Amino acid sequence: MIATMDQIFVLLQHWLVAFLPASLQQAAAVLISVVAIVCLFPALFALTTVLERKGLGRIQNRIGPNRTGPYGILQPIADGIKSLTKEDIVPLSANAPVHFLAPLVLVVAVFMGFAVLPMGRNMVLVDMDAGLLFYFAMGASTEVAVFMAGWSSRNKYSLLGAMRAVAQMISYEVVLLLSSVAVVMIAGSLSLTKIVEAQNQYTFGIPHWYIFTPWGFAGFIMYAIAATAETNRSPFDLPEGESELVAGYHTEYSGFKFALFFLGEYLAMFSISGLGTTLFLGGWSAPFSFLTFIPSWIWFFSKLMLSIFVFIWMRGTLPRLRQDQLMNFAWKFVLPFTLLNLMVTALWRFMGGGWERWVVCSAILIVAYVVMGRAGMYREHFGPRRYRYAE
Amino acid sequence: MSPVFYLVSALAVAGGLAAVMLKNTVHCALALTAAFAGLALLFLELDAQFAGFAQILVYIGAVAILIVFAILLTRGSETPKDGVYSRNWLAGLVIAAAVFSVLGWAILQSLSAFSNETAVPTVTVHDIGVALVGRYVLPLEIVALLLTAATIGAVIVAMHEKDGAR
Repeated sequence: MIATMDQIFVLLQHWLVAFLPASLQQAAAVLISVVAIVCLFPALFALTTVLERKGLGRIQNRIGPNRTGPYGILQPIADGIKSLTKEDIVPLSANAPVHFLAPLVLVVAVFMGFAVLPMGRNMVLVDMDAGLLFYFAMGASTEVAVFMAGWSSRNKYSLLGAMRAVAQMISYEVVLLLSSVAVVMIAGSLSLTKIVEAQNQYTFGIPHWYIFTPWGFAGFIMYAIAATAETNRSPFDLPEGESELVAGYHTEYSGFKFALFFLGEYLAMFSISGLGTTLFLGGWSAPFSFLTFIPSWIWFFSKLMLSIFVFIWMRGTLPRLRQDQLMNFAWKFVLPFTLLNLMVTALWRFMGGGWERWVVCSAILIVAYVVMGRAGMYREHFGPRRYRYAE
Repeated sequence: MSPVFYLVSALAVAGGLAAVMLKNTVHCALALTAAFAGLALLFLELDAQFAGFAQILVYIGAVAILIVFAILLTRGSETPKDGVYSRNWLAGLVIAAAVFSVLGWAILQSLSAFSNETAVPTVTVHDIGVALVGRYVLPLEIVALLLTAATIGAVIVAMHEKDGAR
């Protein structure tokens, strides 16, 4: 029974495919998985928009949407109908073909990333040998789409937003890749299923997730920072800072094209959370060995939604960074620390299985963190704050 | 030659042609991106996963963006009035044809050198990784050093001069 529940979607797929002749079975199996991904994540997106608006409302001491259906739960359906029926306005001076292609390229590139994420035991669309590389290749393609959107709109806000977005994404992509390399060094594989399997072991009931090691913890923090910046979420939402740039690169989009951008942004958030879960939080493995009876896909999606919750929480809590702060943070703190983390990971790999490596690796990382933080603070000359006008 | 090959090569060739023939410079850059994507798909069609994904990651993710930034940050992104064709396009065509024929000739000649290899070698990403940090570690380090030097050089060129140095 436990095994059946764990594999229920795989069994369902096999059962459906068995109706077809043998020559079509492989193609049909892929098609079913693709349809499942294409339906599931937009549904999750609809759910998340309500959660986000309700959550932000609570953080800001208001109620949030509560008019459409019980507790405002039907709000995404109303929004969807609204964006479908709205007029699609293309500015007269816009570059029509590029303006049309940009949202499509973005959504397609983002959807491709889900192909290699293992969402449960045996639940991966393409078990690629170079899965992680594929994921990052697809992630890199979204930058082109963002640029296309910003440039083709012929709007200064759009172009500024696109330039900010691209500069930010390139800067933080380096960190994203390098923090993931640490995991590859320990797991010895670029295949995401192998990375999850390497973490799906237990000692005294505690799993071997990479976040529970010094290098993994540091790597996860760096990964989370880079992932937030990569998905243009607050506090790194300068590309669409509404107080400065209207809506950034999608200012000139309306109707369903705007909805596609909105969808692409949230899908990117899901997929990058899914990758973080896979790399550091053990993917679909249970947090304690006595909890392994709960199906693997429940664990994957619980961890995913937990990451989404943290994203929303951060958005409600942190103020937006300034452009120079953003770049300084990326190149002067996060990148050096990630490079150091790579060295520490190599040390961890070759120090054997004793307790010494825990002490040495933790000590190096903590000392580096404190020293770099203090040095950065010292350079900024932080003193008692003086308000120029308020006193 | 499968139909996939023809589709993908059509994309690459069309992208390349559009990159030279379109009037708007940014359109050219985007067409070049499409050509890069076509090349990456060709690599994937040949089962070269590493080369294909590295092509997408480096060329679409970085080089295309760099080109586009360079176009936007420099003047002259407006289309010239008298068309985009150079006056000596015939000479360019001859040179391009010569390069193409030499490359094609070299590739066709190399077929005979490998005639005794019957099975297609399967090279996984893992094998490439092992070879890079094993046998070819010195070239890799040299390339890394070169790139680091280039990065530092670029930063120094772009750096603000100190007030005293002016």
